[in-house]
Amino acid sequence: MRPSTIWFTLKQGVKNIKRNLMFSIASIITMAACIFLVGIFYSLVNNVNHIARKVEQEVPITVFFEKETTKKEMKEVGKLIKARPEVAKLEFESAEEAWEKFREQYFQGSEAAEGFKDDNPLVNSANYHVYLNEIERQNELVAYIQGLEHVREINQSEEAAKTLGSFNKLVSYASIAIISILLLIAVFLISNTISVGISVRKEEIGIMKMIGATDGFVRSPFVLEGIVLGLIGAAIPLVALYFVYTNVVEYILEKFNVLTGVVAFIPVQEIYMVLLPVGLALGIGIGLIGSFVTTRKHLKV
Amino acid sequence: MIDLVDVSKSYGKGLPAVNHANLHVEKGEFVFVVGSSGSGKSTLIKLLMKELDSTSGRITVSGERLEGMKHRRIAKYRRKLGVVFQDFRLLKDRNVYENVAFAQRVIGRPTRVIRKRVPEILQEVGLAGKYKSFPDELSGGEQQRVAIARALVNRPDILLADEPTGNLDPKTSEEIMTLLEEINERGTTVLVVTHNKDIVNSMKKRVVTMHDGIIVSDEEEGGYHEA
Ligand SMILES: Nc1ncnc2c1ncn2[C@@H]1O[C@H](COP(=O)(O)OP(=O)(O)O)[C@@H](O)[C@H]1O
Ligand SMILES: [Mg+2]
Repeated sequence: MRPSTIWFTLKQGVKNIKRNLMFSIASIITMAACIFLVGIFYSLVNNVNHIARKVEQEVPITVFFEKETTKKEMKEVGKLIKARPEVAKLEFESAEEAWEKFREQYFQGSEAAEGFKDDNPLVNSANYHVYLNEIERQNELVAYIQGLEHVREINQSEEAAKTLGSFNKLVSYASIAIISILLLIAVFLISNTISVGISVRKEEIGIMKMIGATDGFVRSPFVLEGIVLGLIGAAIPLVALYFVYTNVVEYILEKFNVLTGVVAFIPVQEIYMVLLPVGLALGIGIGLIGSFVTTRKHLKV
Repeated sequence: MIDLVDVSKSYGKGLPAVNHANLHVEKGEFVFVVGSSGSGKSTLIKLLMKELDSTSGRITVSGERLEGMKHRRIAKYRRKLGVVFQDFRLLKDRNVYENVAFAQRVIGRPTRVIRKRVPEILQEVGLAGKYKSFPDELSGGEQQRVAIARALVNRPDILLADEPTGNLDPKTSEEIMTLLEEINERGTTVLVVTHNKDIVNSMKKRVVTMHDGIIVSDEEEGGYHEA
């Protein structure tokens, strides 16, 4: 296309938007809402995942042994566990260490504990703390360890992970449903906006066709209109969400400062590495599809 | 330049709007098409513009066969034609200059060319000095001149006019017909559908008469007769 043709097309596209401002605004708002929700859900799900992973990695599985298992045998089991790819870290805790820790925690140096002095009540509690790097594979690993010789019992700390996991699932389903509906509404509204634009310009389009305008030339201002609407509809929520995200994270960390250390949020830059291109692509995509389909339907002469 | 062989067009049931028409127009000719209302004149124009497809027969215009022409090709084909209608079909929100320039923008002419060509053609149709007027500020005759300028700005081979003087008073009609004659004298093939008996009779051009879709007469230096 020549520069003058591109300029002409651009001017037409902007004119179209101005001509049916109400519809254009409605499309932009729906699209903005849709992309805003996409952003919210993306941030939420990713942060929950992030936290769940952290919790899982910090709360190990504990592996106990049968009576009379020798240190050597325990070492063998440790080697086997360590060889698993999902295992991040393995710590051995002898019966003495276990008792020491228990005493510290529950008797806090009181005399009562001294009664057990030479008779460790946790004599069979030598154990391994197994830290995972992939929480999803916890059950798989537990099953594997359970099958090993000398293993008596495994304590699994799956509660937090499980709860967060199912919360994530719920949020994902709900968000997919809501986003799909909003997406449809956005496409519908864009399509409507473009239809109105086409009917307003019916006469002009007829003249263009009569003069020998190609389909592409007639369509391009409308397709451009759709893309511009999509871009505006994406830009608004992306900017808004940036501020919402940083402020909410700051607020939570400040208000519930007990959480500091336990909870770590994903930095906004990392979220936007994905959210920015996805949001823009969604906006442009919705605009493009809405206008493309509509012009195809109405402008075939 | 225009060649119709046994062309028919039916809109549905009933008599065809154009019925086994044969017509041959040479390059540089001036032809009137006359006939009562509903005789198929506009349908003929629409067939030539490829706004309608013929039901049967063969149409060749400016070396292009219209049957089976690819959709993509139609736009390019229409650039060989200039078309003028009774109702002018101007863009009301654009001034004279922009209305004419529009035809050049649509086919992607660069601004440099448009700036030179539009004043030239406006001069030719007698509208120099009215560039900035909007259609509502012009008389019917002037509006038709703008439409003619728009039809001619891309230098078409053929000018098709469907009742171009239908909305104009007799004196203005005569002026418009004279303009079409001048355009023809400069080399453009011109085909004019009209009801204007006096003008047809006085201009002594070729006259094709239609009746109920049939071409009932085709005379050199003919006159207007109700068939
Ligand atoms: N779009 C259409 N659908 C059905 N019939 C039509 C249509 N256009 C024209 N006709 C019919 O075709 C015949 C010829 O019409 P037309 O070509 O407009 O005649 P003219 O221009 O000579 O007055 C008329 O009987 C008219 O009713
Ligand atoms: Mg007619």
